[in-house]
Amino acid sequence: MSVATPLLQVTDLTVGFRIDGQVRKPVQGISYSLDAGRTLGVVGESGCGKSLTALALLGLIPAPGQVTGSVRFAGAELIGQPEAAWRDLRGNRVAMVFQEPMTALNPVMPIGTQIAEVMVLHQSLAWPEARDAAIGLLEAVGISSPRQRAASYPHQLSGGMRQRAMIAMALACRPALLVADEPTTALDVTIQAQIIELMQELQSEIGMAIQFISHNLAVVSELADEIVVMYAGRIVERAPAATLFDRPAHPYTKGLIATLPDPDRRQARLPVIQGGVPRIDAFAVGCRFAERCPLADAHCRSVEPTLDPLEPEHWAACFKAGQ
Amino acid sequence: MAGFVLRRSLQALLVLWVMSFVIYGLIGLMPGDPLDVMIASNPGATPEVVAHLRAIYGLDQPMPVRYWHWLLDALHGDFGFSRTHSEPVLTVLAPALAQTCKLMLISFGLSVVLAFGLGVAAARKPGGWVDGFVSLFAFAGISVPVFWLALILIIVFAVQLHWLPASGMGTVGDNGFIDQLRHLTLPVLTLTLASTGQFTRYVRAAMIETMRMDFIRTARAKGLGEGRLVLRHALRNALIPVVTIMALSFGTLFSGALVTETMFAQWGMGKMIYDAILANDYNLALVGLLFATLVTLLSNLAADLAYGWLDPRISLK
Amino acid sequence: MTDAPAITRGDAPILEIDRISVHFPLAGGGWFSGPAPMLRAVENVSLAIRPGETLALVGESGSGKSTLGQVVAGLREPTLGTLKFHGVPMGKAEWRAARKAIQIVFQDPFSALDPRMPVSDLITEPLKIQRIGSAAERRERAASLVAQVGLPLDALNRYPHEFSGGQRQRIAIARALAPDPSLIVADEPLSALDVSIQSQVLNLMKGIQEDRGLSYLFISHDLAVVNHLADRVAVLYLGRLVELAERASLFAQPSHPYTAALLDAVPRIGRGRRRRGRSLSGEMPSPLNPPPGCVFHTRCPKVQAICKTTPPMLEAAPGRPTHLAACHFKE
Repeated sequence: MSVATPLLQVTDLTVGFRIDGQVRKPVQGISYSLDAGRTLGVVGESGCGKSLTALALLGLIPAPGQVTGSVRFAGAELIGQPEAAWRDLRGNRVAMVFQEPMTALNPVMPIGTQIAEVMVLHQSLAWPEARDAAIGLLEAVGISSPRQRAASYPHQLSGGMRQRAMIAMALACRPALLVADEPTTALDVTIQAQIIELMQELQSEIGMAIQFISHNLAVVSELADEIVVMYAGRIVERAPAATLFDRPAHPYTKGLIATLPDPDRRQARLPVIQGGVPRIDAFAVGCRFAERCPLADAHCRSVEPTLDPLEPEHWAACFKAGQ
Repeated sequence: MAGFVLRRSLQALLVLWVMSFVIYGLIGLMPGDPLDVMIASNPGATPEVVAHLRAIYGLDQPMPVRYWHWLLDALHGDFGFSRTHSEPVLTVLAPALAQTCKLMLISFGLSVVLAFGLGVAAARKPGGWVDGFVSLFAFAGISVPVFWLALILIIVFAVQLHWLPASGMGTVGDNGFIDQLRHLTLPVLTLTLASTGQFTRYVRAAMIETMRMDFIRTARAKGLGEGRLVLRHALRNALIPVVTIMALSFGTLFSGALVTETMFAQWGMGKMIYDAILANDYNLALVGLLFATLVTLLSNLAADLAYGWLDPRISLK
Repeated sequence: MTDAPAITRGDAPILEIDRISVHFPLAGGGWFSGPAPMLRAVENVSLAIRPGETLALVGESGSGKSTLGQVVAGLREPTLGTLKFHGVPMGKAEWRAARKAIQIVFQDPFSALDPRMPVSDLITEPLKIQRIGSAAERRERAASLVAQVGLPLDALNRYPHEFSGGQRQRIAIARALAPDPSLIVADEPLSALDVSIQSQVLNLMKGIQEDRGLSYLFISHDLAVVNHLADRVAVLYLGRLVELAERASLFAQPSHPYTAALLDAVPRIGRGRRRRGRSLSGEMPSPLNPPPGCVFHTRCPKVQAICKTTPPMLEAAPGRPTHLAACHFKE
C-alpha cells in the first residue's frame, strides 16, 4: 500500500516559542507520514497543537517561533529552506484552507480576483486568463452563476459558498497536498456534509493528499484513511481510521469517541472527559493526559510514555494502551 | 450613490443655513458695532446723526430682521461689503481662499504621502528600529507647537542659511512661479510636519492591525511575497479607517493655517477672518467663517464617499 | 431547591407564541428609492413551551431560529402575533415585570461577557438591575451559582479572559440562573465549543433542569446534541415551522424530508467515508424571495408538481396525532 517514499514525511517536528525566558513547545516531537492521494485526519481539542503543526508544514509559524525536526515533502527537506522556496511551494504544491472563511478571505477584494491571484503568481498566467480560470474553478466547486459570483465580495456570499470559494482558491494550482484546518467547523451540518463531499470529489479528480484537521472525530471519520490523535502538543495515537474506531487504544481517543453525542441513541448523561487541555506553560512531567485520565497511576504521572506500535500501523503513547 | 450625494448635499445646505444664523447671532453679541468704530473716529457726530446712520444701515432693527435681510441678499449672491477693505466681501475673500487652498492642499497631500510611507515602513516590524525612528518623528510632530516649529524653520532656513524668504507671498515685482514656490516652501513645510505625525500614527496602527488579520495569513499561504501582501492586501484594508480620519481632519487644517499664515505673513483665510473679527468687519468675518464650515462639511462628505468606495461592505444609500 | 418536576403533558404551558411573524425592512428604503425590501425572518409560527420541558428549535443559519429565540426572550418585538407568558399576553409593562423570569444564553462565550467585569459582578449584575437582595445576599448567591455550574470558588474574582470557552459558557449559564428564571433561551450554546466540552455543558444543563425544573428553549443546528437534551423538537425552515414532534417520534422517523436530511447530515462514527450525492443539495433560498408553494421544494428529494404551487399545512403525520409536519408527502 505504502509506496517507497511517502509524499509527506514528518519526523520529530517541534514548534517552540520563547515565553518569559523559557522555551515552550506547543508542538513536540511529532512524526507521521502521508501518501499521495490519501487523507489523514488530525484530531484533538483546541490547544493541542493541530493548527500549529499545519502552519509549520507551510513555513507559516509566526516570527519568534522556532521549528525544528524534519518535514520532507516529495523527497525534499522543507525545514530550513529559504523563504523564496517556501513561497514557491505555498498555494502551489501545498495549499491550505482555513476555518473561518469570512475572516480568511480579503473583505475588499472580489473572490474571483483572490482566486486568480494564485494562478498569476504560480502559473505565470496573465490576469485575463487567470480570471477566466477562476470562473471555471468556482463552477468546479459547485457555485452557480460563477461569472457573477467571481465579481462578488466575500460578505455577499453565504458561509458555505465562501468555503467553496476558499477551496477553489486552494486547489487553483492542483496542489499535491491540501491542508484543511477545521474547514467545516463554522458551517451548518448540512453544508458541512456538502463540503466534505466536495473535498472527496476533488480529491479523486486531482489526486491530492489531504491533511484534515478537526476537533470532531465524527467529522474526520467521514473522509479519513488514517487518523492521528493529538493531545497537548504530542501525538498520542495513530492508526488507520477503521482500526482506530474499532480498537481505540489511548484513553484520550476513547474519551473523544465516547463524548460524541450519538444522533441515533439518547443517553441520560453523556460520558465526559473531565477538565480541559492544560495551558502550554502547565504541561505535566509525566503523561500529559494523566490529570484527566481515569486510568492514570503514579508511573503515568512521573514518566512520559513514548509512541509505541501496538500492531501493524497502530501506535499509541500510553502505558495502559489497550486496557 | 447619486441619491446619497444629493441627500448629503441638501443636509450640508441646511447645516450651512443654520450655521449662518448662529454665526450672525454670535457676531451680534460681540461688544461694539460698526457704527461705534465710525463714531470713535469722528468725534463730531451728534446723537441725531448716529441715530440716522443706524436707521440707514438698518442697525436699529432687531437681529432676526437684520439676519433675514442679509439672508435674502446672500441668496442673490450679494454678501455685502467689507468695511475695512471697502470692497465687496467676495472680492476680498477670493485671493485669501485661493492662497489657503494652495497651502492646505499641498501640505495635506505631502503629509498623506509621507504618513503612508513612514506608517507602512514602521508597521512592517513593530518594535524594530525603523518603527522606533518613525514613532519618535511622529511624536515630535504631534508635540511640537506649530508656532515654535515655524520660528525654528525661519531661523534656520531664512535667517541663518538665507535659502528661503522668511515671510510674505512673493517678492515685489517678481511674480514668477519659482518665487511663489520659494515663499510657499516654509509654510507648507510647517503645516506638513505638524500634521504628518498624527497621520503616521494612524497609518501605523491600522497597518499593524490589518497585518494580524486572518486573510493576511491566507495571502501568505497562497505564496504571496511581502510586497504584494502589503500593497494589494493589507493597504487597501488599512486605508478604510485612515482615509476617513484624514478627510475629517482636512477641515481642522483650516485652523492650523491661521497660525502658519500669521507667522509667515501670508494673506489667507485664517488671517483674514482673524483680522475681520478684531476690526468688527461683520460681513467679511461671517462669510469667511461660513466658508470654513463649508470646507469642513465637504471634507466630511469626501470621507463618507471614500469610505464607501474603499469598502464594498458599505453601501451608500 | 425544588423537587424534580413531574412533567405531565397536560400542564398549562408557561409560554405560548401564537402566529408570530417577524419582518425586517432592509436598509435601502429612503427618500430617493422605493420602499425597503422586507426580509421575512419568521413567518406565522405557533409554539408552546411547558413547565420543565426542553423544546429544541432546529434549523440551518438563516432559518429564523435565533430571531424567534429573541422574540421569546423579549429582546425583539414580533411584527405580528402574540406571546403569552403564564397565560398573560405580553406588552411592554408585562415584559418589565417578567424580564427576570426569562433569561438568555448566547452562542459566543467570548463576546457575550463584558471583559472588564469580574465573574462575581457578571453574575450579580442582572440581580442588581432588578434590585434583588442586598449586596451580601447577592455575593452569596454568586458563590452558590459558581459552585452549581462546576467552577471553583476563586473563579468569582477572575475575569472572563482567564477562562476557556467551556468555562465561559458555564459563567454565562450561572449568570442566566441568577434571577432564578423559569425559562432559559439557549441560542446555540454549544456551537463554539469543542465536542468534548459540549458534552460537559450539555450534562450541566440537564442537571440544572432536573434540580430546578426550569424550561429550555434550546436553539441548535446539530440534531445529535438535540437528541440528548430535548423533549420536543421544532424544525424551522426559511422562517416557517415545518415539523413539530416529540423527540422520540421525530428521531425514530422524521416526517418532513428536511428533518430527515438534517438528521442524515450529522456525521457519525462507523459509517465510513461519506458517500457521494447523499447530502442535501444547494442552500436555503433567500428569505427576501421565498419560493412559491412549499418553501423547501427547491431542495427536496421528494418534490412533486403540487409542492411548487401549494404551500402545505402543518398537520398530524399519518397515524401520529401529536407529530406535526408541513409536507404534502409526510411520512
